[in-house]
Amino acid sequence: MKVFLMHEDRDFDLKAAPPWNEADLTQDLELGTLLDAMAQGDPFLREVAKKAVLSGLTDPTAILYRQAVLRDCLSNRGPIRAIYRLAVEAIAAERKQHLGVFSAHPDAILQRSVTVVRIFVKTLKAIRDIADEHAPSFGSEGFRRLVATLDADMDDRYFATVQECLRVLRFRRGVLVSARLGKGNLGIDYVLRKPHEPKESWLARLFADGPPTYTFHLHPRDEAGARALSELRQRGINLVANALAQSADHILSFLEALRSELAFYIGCINLDEQLALLRQPTCFPIPLPADERRHTCQKLYDVCLALRTQRPVVGNELHADGKGLVVITGANQGGKSTFLRSIGLAQVMMQCGMFVAAEAFSANVASCVVTHYKREEDRSMRSGKLDEELARMSAIVDRLSPNALLLLNESFAATNEREGSEIARQIVLALAEHGIKIIFVTHLYAFAHALHEAGLAGAMFLRAERRADGGRSFKIWEGEPQRTSHGEDLYRRIFDVRAVEPPEIGSRERSLEPAA
Amino acid sequence: MTFHGMLYERPSDASAGQETGAPDCFVDLNLDQIVAAATAGYREYDLEPIFHTPLTDAGTVRYRQEIMQDLEQEDLLAPIKRFAAGMRAMREHLARAGKLYYKYQKEGWLLDAAAIYCDAVETLAQDLLDADLRSRGFLAFRRYLVEYTRSDRFTTLAAETRQLKAELAAVRYCLLIKGSSIRARRYDGEPDYSAEIEGIFDRFKQGTVKSHLVELPTSDDMNHVEAAVLELVAKLYPELFQRLDVFCSEHVDNVDPVVRSFDREIHFYVAYLAYIAPLRQAGLPFCYPTVSATDKEVRSRDGFDLALAKKLTAESGRIVCNDFHLNGRERILVVSGPNQGGKTTFARSFGQLHYLARLGCPVPGREARLFLCDRLFTHFEREESIATLRGKLEDDLVRIHRILREATPRSIVILNEIFNSTMLHDAIFLSRAIMAELVRLDLLGVWVTFIEELASASGKAVSLVSTIVPGDPASRTYRIIRKPADGVSYAMVLAEKHRLTYDRIGERLAS
Repeated sequence: MKVFLMHEDRDFDLKAAPPWNEADLTQDLELGTLLDAMAQGDPFLREVAKKAVLSGLTDPTAILYRQAVLRDCLSNRGPIRAIYRLAVEAIAAERKQHLGVFSAHPDAILQRSVTVVRIFVKTLKAIRDIADEHAPSFGSEGFRRLVATLDADMDDRYFATVQECLRVLRFRRGVLVSARLGKGNLGIDYVLRKPHEPKESWLARLFADGPPTYTFHLHPRDEAGARALSELRQRGINLVANALAQSADHILSFLEALRSELAFYIGCINLDEQLALLRQPTCFPIPLPADERRHTCQKLYDVCLALRTQRPVVGNELHADGKGLVVITGANQGGKSTFLRSIGLAQVMMQCGMFVAAEAFSANVASCVVTHYKREEDRSMRSGKLDEELARMSAIVDRLSPNALLLLNESFAATNEREGSEIARQIVLALAEHGIKIIFVTHLYAFAHALHEAGLAGAMFLRAERRADGGRSFKIWEGEPQRTSHGEDLYRRIFDVRAVEPPEIGSRERSLEPAA
Repeated sequence: MTFHGMLYERPSDASAGQETGAPDCFVDLNLDQIVAAATAGYREYDLEPIFHTPLTDAGTVRYRQEIMQDLEQEDLLAPIKRFAAGMRAMREHLARAGKLYYKYQKEGWLLDAAAIYCDAVETLAQDLLDADLRSRGFLAFRRYLVEYTRSDRFTTLAAETRQLKAELAAVRYCLLIKGSSIRARRYDGEPDYSAEIEGIFDRFKQGTVKSHLVELPTSDDMNHVEAAVLELVAKLYPELFQRLDVFCSEHVDNVDPVVRSFDREIHFYVAYLAYIAPLRQAGLPFCYPTVSATDKEVRSRDGFDLALAKKLTAESGRIVCNDFHLNGRERILVVSGPNQGGKTTFARSFGQLHYLARLGCPVPGREARLFLCDRLFTHFEREESIATLRGKLEDDLVRIHRILREATPRSIVILNEIFNSTMLHDAIFLSRAIMAELVRLDLLGVWVTFIEELASASGKAVSLVSTIVPGDPASRTYRIIRKPADGVSYAMVLAEKHRLTYDRIGERLAS
C-alpha cells in the first residue's frame, strides 16, 4: 500500500540529503520566510516543506502531477486536514504504547502489537470513509489512486480477518509450537503453528487411530520448571510477535508516509490562505522542458517580501523566452534584488509543484537552482573578499550541470570595476556557452556594457526604472545598461541636496577587451 | 613403505638423542620465547618436547623439511587446519558428553562426535588425494589414510553415524503448551502461524523494518523441562532412540591411533609456520638451510634474530638482517664494536639458525648453509652477578671449562661478553687461552668480545664489527660487517659529523 501523492511512482523521501547549496539558497532567496508561512508554527510541517522546496523536481510531468494533487487539496481543505489529523493522532497513539522493562519479552511485544494494530486499523477505516465520501470531487490521479487503494485493501472483509487474527493471538486454547532436535537432541526452531480446524481433527480421530500423544505435567511447586515452561512458550511466540510487530511497523510507515506527503500540501494550503489575506495573486505555473529557454511572467512578485511586510508588493513582467542570459542593471534600491529573488522563488516553487506568486508564469525547468550573491562580510576571516567569492564560484562550477539556473547578485564587485568586470565576463560567457541559464544583477557597467556590445543572441538587458523625478517605481524594464546606477539619487536623498555635479568616474571605465 | 609418523621416517630415528626439558642454550638464545610463542595456541598437542629435541641426522632434517615445504602450499595448510578443527571439535564433544546427565542428550553429543570425526577423516583423505604432495612423510600418511577410510571398521562407523543423524534431524514434533502441562505429538503439517500473519498484513509492506525478534538466551544446556520433553519425543520415536542407544554402547572409542598422532605431529609444522607467517608478511625472508654434519663451511645471507623480529614486527619496528660466512679453515666469528650495536643479537641469531635447522624448520635469511652440530653450547654474561666479582669469574671459568670438556669438534660454542668485568690483562690472557682451546677443538663458534685483537689470534678466527650511522655516531645501524677491528672508524664518523674530515675542511675553507 502506497501513498504516492508526491511522486507518481515512489515515496517522498524525507531523509533525502539536502542539496549542497542549501544554506546559500535558503539565505539568498529568504526561504525561511516562505517555510514559516507554510508551517504556521508546526515544526513538522516546516521540515517537510523545507525538504520539498529544496529538492525540486526536474520533470514537467512530475510537476504537473503534484499540481493536480494540490488543486484537489485546495478545493477539499476540510477533508484533507481531517485525514491529516487522523494520521497524526494514530502515530501519536502508537508512540504512547510503551514496552518499558518488558521489551525483551515476546509476550509483551505481542500484546503491544495487538493494541497498536487495533488502533491503526481503526484509523485506516476512518480515513477510508472520509476518502470515499469526497471521492467524486477528486480530479487528480494521485488522489484517485489513493482512494482506489484504500477501497481495495481496506474493505470490510479484510477488517473482519484482522479482528479474527487479533482474537486468536490471545491463545485461549494454548500455544501450539513445532520443534526439531538440535545439538544434543535439544529442541530448537520453535515455530508457532496454527492448529488444524477442530472439525478436521475430529474427523481424523473418527477414521484413524489418532496419533499418539504423551503429556508432561509440571509439579505445582516446581518454580524453576515454571520458568523453563514460560521460556519455551516465549520461544514459540517469538517469531509471531516479531511478525505482528513488523506488520504494525509497516502500517506505521504507511501512516507516516501519508502524514509526510499530506504535510506538504497542508503547507501549501496554509500559504495560500496567507496570500489570500494579503490579496496577492497566485497561479499554477506552466513548467516547460529544461532544454528550452523560456521565462515569461505577469505580475511576478517577491512572495517573501509580501509575507514579511504583510503588504501587497509590486509585481513585474518578464518576457525572456529564448534568452539564456539576463543582465539587470539600474537604479540603486530600484527593486533589482527583489526582482531577482522573485525569479528564484518562483522557479523553486514551480519545481516543487506549488503555485507561484504571479498572475501568470511559465518557464523551463532548471536542472538545479544556484545562487551566487555578494556577501556582506568575509565570513572565513582567512581570505579576502574577492578570494572568498571566487572560491564560492569555483565550488559552484564544480557542481553545475547543463540547464542549471544561476542567479548572481552583485558578484565580483569586491575589486575595482575593471578587474571585476573582466572576471565576470569570462565566467559568464563560459557558463552561458555550456548551457547554464544566467540571471545577473550587477553594477559592473563595463561588464554589462561589453556584453551588450557583443550583441549575443541569447542575451537580454533589463534596467530598474528611474522615474524622471528621481523616484523609484520598483519596476524593471528592458533597457541597455546605463553608465551610473544613480548613486547621486541616494546621495541627494540622504544629504538632502537638490543637485550635485556627477562624480568623475570616466577613469574607471576602460575598454573591456581582454588583456592581451 | 610403512608410515611411522610425521616427525621421523623410521621408528629408530625417534629414540636417538631424546632429551627431556629445554636444552641449556634455550634461555641464552631466546629460543624459550620463540617456542613459548609458537606453541601458545597449540597447548593441546604438547609440542614443547618436539621443539626440545633437535635432530642429529641430516636425513631426518630433510624428511621434516620436505613435510614443511609441502605444508607451505596454502591449499594443503587449509585442509590440515580444517581437519584439526574437526578433531578439536570432536574432542570437545566427547568431553562435553562425559559431563552430561540426561541420557538422550549425552547420546546426541556422542553421535555428533562420531559424525565430526568421520567427516574430518574423509575430508582430509580427499584433500590429500587432491593435493600435490612431494614429501615422503605426507605420501606415506596419505597411503595409510586412504586405506583406513576404505576399511570396514571406518565405513561401518560412518554409515551408521550418518543414518542416525539424518533420522534424528528429520524428527518433527508439536508441543501444546497450556497452563502447566505440555502435550507432545508428531508434527502433522500444521501451518506456520507467523507466515499467516505476515500474509494478512503483507499489503502494508513498506520496505524493510527493524526486527522485533527477542534474542532469547541460547545455550546447549538442557533444563529438566526440556529433558522431560525429550523423553516424550523419544516415546514418539521409540525405535529410533533404541538404535541410538545401541550405537553409543558399541562405538566407545572411534579414533584411530595413527590419525590421532598425525593430528599432534603435524601441528609442530603448523605452529612454526603460523609463528613465522606475520614476519614473512612483513617482508622478512626465510629459507630451508642446506645442512651437513661434516662440512664446516657455513654461510647465511640476511639472517636475523627470530625472537627480536617477532617483537619488532608487532611494534612495526625495523629489523636489520645480517650475513655471515666461514670459509675454508675459518671457524670462529669474533664480534667487536660499539655497544648496543647488535652484537648479542647477531650471536643469538647464529645460534638460533643452527638450532632451528636441526629441528627441520625454515630459518631466517635468504639462504643458509648450516652445520648439523651435535651440541650447542652458550655462555652469556649476566648482569646481576657484578656484585660477586670474584665468585663470578670463578663461576665463568668453571662453566667454560665444562663446555670445553663436553664439546666435540662437531659442537658449536657461542660466548657472549665473558670476562667483561675482569681486569683487561686477565681478560686478554684468559681469552687467548680459551681461544687456543677452541681452535684446537676445531669447532664452530661466535665470540662477542671487546678484546678486538682476539680476532688475530688465529687463522681460524674472523673479525666482525658492529657499525654506526655515518654522521651520527649516536644511532646504530645494527649491521655487523666482516672487517678488521681497527678502532678507527668510530672516530672518523665523529669527525664527519663535525665536518672535520680532510675533505670537509677542504670544502669549508674553499668556500
